[in-house]
This record gives sequence, structure tokens and C-alpha cells, in this order.
Amino acid sequence: MRGLAFAARSLAVLLLAAFLLVPQRFAPLFEPFTEYGAPPIYDQGSLLGLAVAHLLLVFAATALSALVAVGLAVFVTRPSGAEFLPLSRTLVNIGQTFPPVAVLAIAVPLVGFGLVPTLIALFAYGLLPIFENTVAGLRSCPPAVLEAATGMGLDRRQRLYTVELPLALPLLLEGIRLSLVVNIGTATLGSTVAAKGLGEVIIAGLLSNNTAFILQGALVTGLLAILLYDAMGGLERRILGALNVGGGA
Amino acid sequence: MIELQSLTKRYGATTVVDAVSMTVERGTVAAIVGTSGSGKSTLLRMINRLIEPSAGTVRIDGRDTAGVPGHMLRREIGYVIQGHGLFPHRTVADNIGTVPGLLGWERARIAARVDELLALFQLDPGLYRGQFPHQLSGGQQQRVGVARALAAGPSVLLMDEPFGALDPIIRDKAQADLLAIQRRFGTTVVIVTHDMDEAFRLGSRIGVMTGGRLLQFASPTELLTRPADPFVERLTGTADRALRLLSLTTAASLVEPGSGECTVPAGATLREVLSELLWHRAGAATVLDESARPLGRVTMERLCAHGRPG
Ligand SMILES: Nc1ncnc2c1ncn2[C@@H]1O[C@H](COP(=O)(O)OP(=O)(O)O)[C@@H](O)[C@H]1O
Ligand SMILES: [Mg+2]
Repeated sequence: MRGLAFAARSLAVLLLAAFLLVPQRFAPLFEPFTEYGAPPIYDQGSLLGLAVAHLLLVFAATALSALVAVGLAVFVTRPSGAEFLPLSRTLVNIGQTFPPVAVLAIAVPLVGFGLVPTLIALFAYGLLPIFENTVAGLRSCPPAVLEAATGMGLDRRQRLYTVELPLALPLLLEGIRLSLVVNIGTATLGSTVAAKGLGEVIIAGLLSNNTAFILQGALVTGLLAILLYDAMGGLERRILGALNVGGGA
Repeated sequence: MIELQSLTKRYGATTVVDAVSMTVERGTVAAIVGTSGSGKSTLLRMINRLIEPSAGTVRIDGRDTAGVPGHMLRREIGYVIQGHGLFPHRTVADNIGTVPGLLGWERARIAARVDELLALFQLDPGLYRGQFPHQLSGGQQQRVGVARALAAGPSVLLMDEPFGALDPIIRDKAQADLLAIQRRFGTTVVIVTHDMDEAFRLGSRIGVMTGGRLLQFASPTELLTRPADPFVERLTGTADRALRLLSLTTAASLVEPGSGECTVPAGATLREVLSELLWHRAGAATVLDESARPLGRVTMERLCAHGRPG
């Protein structure tokens, strides 16, 4: 079972790398999806460059979401911030339920085309899973452990950094992983407002009625999402193992 | 020494701890008993300022604790709770080293102290210092919890039903260990318990609380023979008070020359001696010292006279 998973993972990585580095080699595969001699492989830019730009955009947006969501989650789980929990929850929920397309539509007139409106849309979209998971993680700390920590003379900050956050980490990281993966797909929308990314390939396909382009954009995006999900899982296990939390020990 | 003066805690209109004054002498154990919700934990937690008092003062070794920042104060006071509260992501050594670490001890000194305490609690340091709490049994976890509270050598140890979750045999051992270690370090202990046997076994003096008030704070013998209030009498129980009284004295204190039909160790309580005498249908028991040499005997008559002194 383990060997099979490893084989599948390696195959997916190789396939993606090969396609991004030498896409023309795959031309025969996509030939059937083109008409009237249209190019079978995306030719309006480097696929590798678009994939890297796409990933960087998602990483940047998720890093921002994580920073804000974790900060907010810590704040509303302190006695002084408890009354802001319902409000914060409403805000991050709006971020998630408000369609990213609509966020783009609102953001563009304010900040212009390109990276920034996309970053805003992805940032808003990624808040909820991280926020809710971090709140749940912080709340799951055993009361006796917290009581003992305070009783021994840890101040609030020491308690947060050495006890609460480490114990909340498994759920927190799971939230980041969710945000990351969801935003890999969502980020394709950025191309509608001229943010560099894999959405360009799909849009080019739509505009020129080239199914091969659409397929390429979708496949690369999908593979990236799956591989990233997988890689994050491995990273989580390593981090948690090193910190001895969440079954890591 | 711990001195409480008119210590009070109010939540809104309800007074949870009502003007409690008591002095726990240095190196003694004060056991606090009372019904559930009588304010025992609140009283205890005001001593290390986990709860800020509404009124009154706490002095530890003569110093008013109100002048010390709460978290600094708590580093000087051991605190043990039911369910130990060990950090699940830290090794036994890291758990025990928590307060010394906060106090800025050097690594080598912390490591040496951890090993010393592990050995003291009969946990092989080589085997246990690197283990995680979930790898230990309940009794071992509790021992590590107490070791952790004692790590920085506090003069005061506060315990809130520390052995409540242990099964009887392990609890018995934990109590014996606590007494031995308390005597060794000369620690002043306040222990909250709802187990009357535990209070009588551990307490140099026992405080009885109800409705936030401290009804009586006295030696176990005085509590039994001169209860200040019908409630005290009810709580300590009247049906077996003679036996409780006997359990406060050891065989060694009643030894007279001679020998008996059965044997008891010098450290046995009179209650245990009585049980042995009844079991063997004997009129006297030979008292043996630690190397099993006879010291003399305890007779049923002398023992009976002790069922109600004064
Ligand atoms: N934060 C609080 N607000 C209001 N009432 C409280 C609070 N904490 C404890 N109490 C009340 O104070 C009383 C004493 O509690 P506690 O000291 O925990 O009792 P015990 O330890 O003797 O069982 C209880 O009736 C409890 O409901
Ligand atoms: Mg209590």
C-alpha cells in the first residue's frame, strides 16, 4: 500500500515536471483535442513560468491569510478578545461565502488590474479554514494543562508560545493545508484580471476555442493541488514529529 | 509559613470565600476539607494568586504576596492539581525542568535536579527522563506532576485533590511518598481533599470549610474530640471516630515491657494494632522495630484507653 502510494506520487511528480519542462513532447497526446491545425500545446508563454507564478501567488496569499487568521484566532481565544469571536467568525465567513469572482469585480476598480486584486480575493477566501481550525486547536488544549502552566508561573505569552500554539499546531497546519489547496484552484480566476498564473492557459483555450489548452491548464492546476496537498501532509508529520504533538511522538 | 488574614473572594453578590484567617506553620501539612463548592479550591488558588482575592492578605514567610507579580510568585510556589496537567508534548525531563527553566537555571543544574527528583520518586532517570507523559502509568504521571511542582525547591506546595484520580493502592503509596518528601525538604503543604481519610493521614492540622467559611482549623485529634461545630462532627463522621483517633497514633508510642501473641511493626497505627489483635483473638501484640527486634508489647487495655483521650 505504501509502495503504491510512493509510486503514484513519484509518477505524478515526474509527469508534471516533464510536461512543464518539455511540453512539446506531449503534443501528440493533445493533438486530438485541436481543430483546424491549431497548436496542441500552449504557445503564448512558458508553462513552467506560469506554474511558478501561480504557486508564488497562492503561497503569498495563504501566508497572509495564515498571519491574519492565526492572529485573530489567538486574539479571540484570550479573555480580553472573547467578545470579538462572533464578529470575527462572521467576517471570515463572509470572506469565504462571498464569491472570489465578486471580490475581484469589486477590487479591480479600487486597486487596478493584476496581482493585487487576486491576492485580496485569495487572502479573503483562505481565512476561514485557518481561523476555524486554529480556534478549535486552541480550545482543545486540556484545561488541566493550561491550569498547570499558569500555576507554575508561565506568563500569558510563555503559555501561548510553549503550550497552546504547539498543542494547536496539528489543527492549525491542517487549516493552512486546506486553504492552500483550495486556493490553487481558485487562483486560476486571477487570470481574468491579468494576474500571471495557470488561468491564462485555460482562458486562452476558451478564447480560441482550443480544448487542448483548457485541458492543459486544468490538468496542471489539478496535479499541483494534489501534489501540494500530499507534500503538506508530509511536512506536517515532520513538524509535528519534531515537536511531539498530535501523534507525532 | 503561610498566613491568611480575612481572605475573601466575591463574585458579584456571592461570597465564595468568606473572611478566612489561618496560619500554616512552616514545615507542616494543612489539609482542607469540606463539601463540594465550599470554596476550598478558591481559597487555595488565592494563595498563589491564580485568583485575585477580593479582600484580605496572604503572607508567605512573612512577605505580603500582593506586592509580587502573579507569575513571579507562582514560580516560587509548587502547585499540583488533579489530573496532573503534564505537558503532553514535553518529555518527563522537560516537564520537571519547567520552573527551573523559567528561573534561568543552567542546563546542567536543571538536568541534575531532574535526575535527583526522578530518583527520589523511584523513577529510574535513565529510563524515564526521555519518555513522554502518555507513556507513563497514571501513578507515574502523578509522581512526575509532584516532582515538577517541587523542581525549584519551593518552600510552599499547594495541592488540589492531587490524588483524587488514583486507585486506592497507588493513592496510598502517593500519600506515603508525599509525607516522606515533605519531611525531607521541610515543605509547607496545603492540600485540598474531599477524602477524610486522606486529610487525617496527611494533615498536621485540618481545616473544615462550608459555604466559604472556615469552621475550624485544628489538629486531627482536636477536630475529633472538640469539634467546633455540628457540621464538623458530621463531616468527620461519628460512627468511626474512635478508630480515626487510634489511626493518629503509632504502636511505638504505647509500648510497654513484655510480649504478646501476635506481632506488629513499630510504625503500625493503633487502628492497625487493634485490627491485628481482633484478628488473632489476642490480648497483646509484640511490637517489632525495623530489623524485626522486639521492642515490647501493646496491650488491648492500653489501646482501649486511647479510643477516647482526655
Ligand atoms: N468564576 C466564578 N464565578 C462565579 N462563581 C464561581 C466562580 N468560580 C467558582 N465559583 C463558585 O464558588 C464556589 C466555590 O468553588 P470552589 O472553590 O471551586 O469549591 P470547592 O473547591 O470547594 O469544590 C462554587 O459554588 C462555585 O460555583
Ligand atoms: Mg475544588
